[in-house]
Amino acid sequence: METTFSGKVWKFGDNINTDDITPSPYLTIQSPEELAKHVLENENPDFPKNVQKGDILVAGKNFGCGSSREHAPVALKAAGVALIVAKSFARIFFRNAINVGISVLESDELLDAVEEGEMIKVNLEKGEIETSSGNIIKTNPLPENVLGILEAGGLVEKVKMILGERG
Amino acid sequence: MGMTLSEKILARASGKESVKPGDVVDAKVDLAMSHEACCFVITAFEKMGAKKVWDKDKMVIILDHWVPSSDVRSASLHKTIREFVKEQGIDNFLDVGRGGIAHQILAEGGWVLPGMLVVGTDSHTPTAGALGAFATGIGFTEMAAVFALGELWMRVPENVKVVVNGPLGNRMDGKDIILKIVGDFKVEGAIYKAVEYAGSTIDSIGMSHRLAICNMTTEMGAKTGIIAPDDKTKEYLAWTGKEYEPIVSDEDAVYQEERTFDVTDLEPQVACPPNVDNVKGVGELKNVKIHQSFLGSCTNGRIEDLRAAAEILKGEKVHKDVRMIVMPASQSIYMQAMEEGLFDIFLESNATICAPSCGPCFGGHGGLLAAGEACISSTNRNFVARMGSPGSFVYLASPWTVAASALYGEITDPRSV
Repeated sequence: METTFSGKVWKFGDNINTDDITPSPYLTIQSPEELAKHVLENENPDFPKNVQKGDILVAGKNFGCGSSREHAPVALKAAGVALIVAKSFARIFFRNAINVGISVLESDELLDAVEEGEMIKVNLEKGEIETSSGNIIKTNPLPENVLGILEAGGLVEKVKMILGERG
Repeated sequence: MGMTLSEKILARASGKESVKPGDVVDAKVDLAMSHEACCFVITAFEKMGAKKVWDKDKMVIILDHWVPSSDVRSASLHKTIREFVKEQGIDNFLDVGRGGIAHQILAEGGWVLPGMLVVGTDSHTPTAGALGAFATGIGFTEMAAVFALGELWMRVPENVKVVVNGPLGNRMDGKDIILKIVGDFKVEGAIYKAVEYAGSTIDSIGMSHRLAICNMTTEMGAKTGIIAPDDKTKEYLAWTGKEYEPIVSDEDAVYQEERTFDVTDLEPQVACPPNVDNVKGVGELKNVKIHQSFLGSCTNGRIEDLRAAAEILKGEKVHKDVRMIVMPASQSIYMQAMEEGLFDIFLESNATICAPSCGPCFGGHGGLLAAGEACISSTNRNFVARMGSPGSFVYLASPWTVAASALYGEITDPRSV
């Protein structure tokens, strides 16, 4: 499991909903790569065109609110986003992100402490973020059971393990 | 220390004497609902190496988002789901013409009973909380885990008590109450929490209002909205003949927060674009032109909602610049509305009547908006591009306000009509 990240920051505001992340016309698409082409396009048209593998999304309050559509974290993952740091997450999105294998961290401070395009480093286990100027921001580490799912490689792998044990 | 209704349900479902907020439990699911999302659930289910669903009798699959299929892609989703339910022997499958909007079906079909733990692949699953169940929305992969194992990890949420007092005024709906509450809490005001409703208003209103209230609890970030079962619940479920234990919160249960609302002088509420918490009294909205008026959805597509709109539209014509769409939330509501003569009223007023579906509410199909157009809608979300173009506007209101606005071509107080 990946616990350290280094990537370029894309900033978003408060209450980015899953309709913003994956607009409804694309909900019947099953290919993650196709979904990635439209991710957050209404919010920032440059994002799906220019996002690169390993980029880090930094957002405000209530990220991923609204619909339970799992297309949203799937699209972000396929677009290359490895980690999202937000002031807070909507609950279904938080769970979906972990289940599809995107790491999520909560930080009140980060959004205001970084610039768009800045390179930052994140240590998930320690819950520490280092900005390009060397500033260290502390966050709450993920709960143990959540880390357990990430360690297993996502919920699919975890259930596979359980089913295997049951025979 | 006492437990809330939500805590009691999660304790029972996880086989524990008691639970408290912050506990992480593995809870056994009593009912799992999925709609078109089931197609994506199937993919994850297969990747898990699962062969057979854990209990086909505890599952309901209801097609509601793209019905009848809106294009080849949605038709393909439906086909995959039909094949899966056949292969798994899932009898509880409601295809086009047999059901309607999933949340309405769970309530009216007697699927949900007080005290149950209900999960659904839809964020508006808390609708079922109106029947005293702990009902929450989950993702596709999580639902695949439920299909395979019948259980899911849950963090026991903190509880918020919302007390609503006072008589609900003429031509007012549960929708006006919940819009007022969401406007007060804001869209992130109850993230992760279980919101329990109580008070003299909640006691006095019928199930239709309660379902609307629990439905939109999602819009303040809550994990669930719940109302303790009472005589109205009993009456609503009487036809099913099913037995249940009417669990309620203990007197000394702990709530992290309690807010009280008095609706005695409440005026009709409208959530203005682009967020559900941007709520204003109808009196503040002068000369707001609308191009479409939509009545339907899991929030407000029930028979009571159609009757409300019909009372306003009877003998009148929808404004020449407005197209009004009426969409009963289920097949049975559709039939009842027809039998009650409501369709004659709608058709004579130049409204169009469509089959039950989530279509326009989530911007899927059937009644979408062009740039620059505005819709007054009885649905639950008004995000940018929610019902079509990113340049369109959605105003959320009660069925009364939706119908009154259709007549005048601008947002209108239904009490003035």
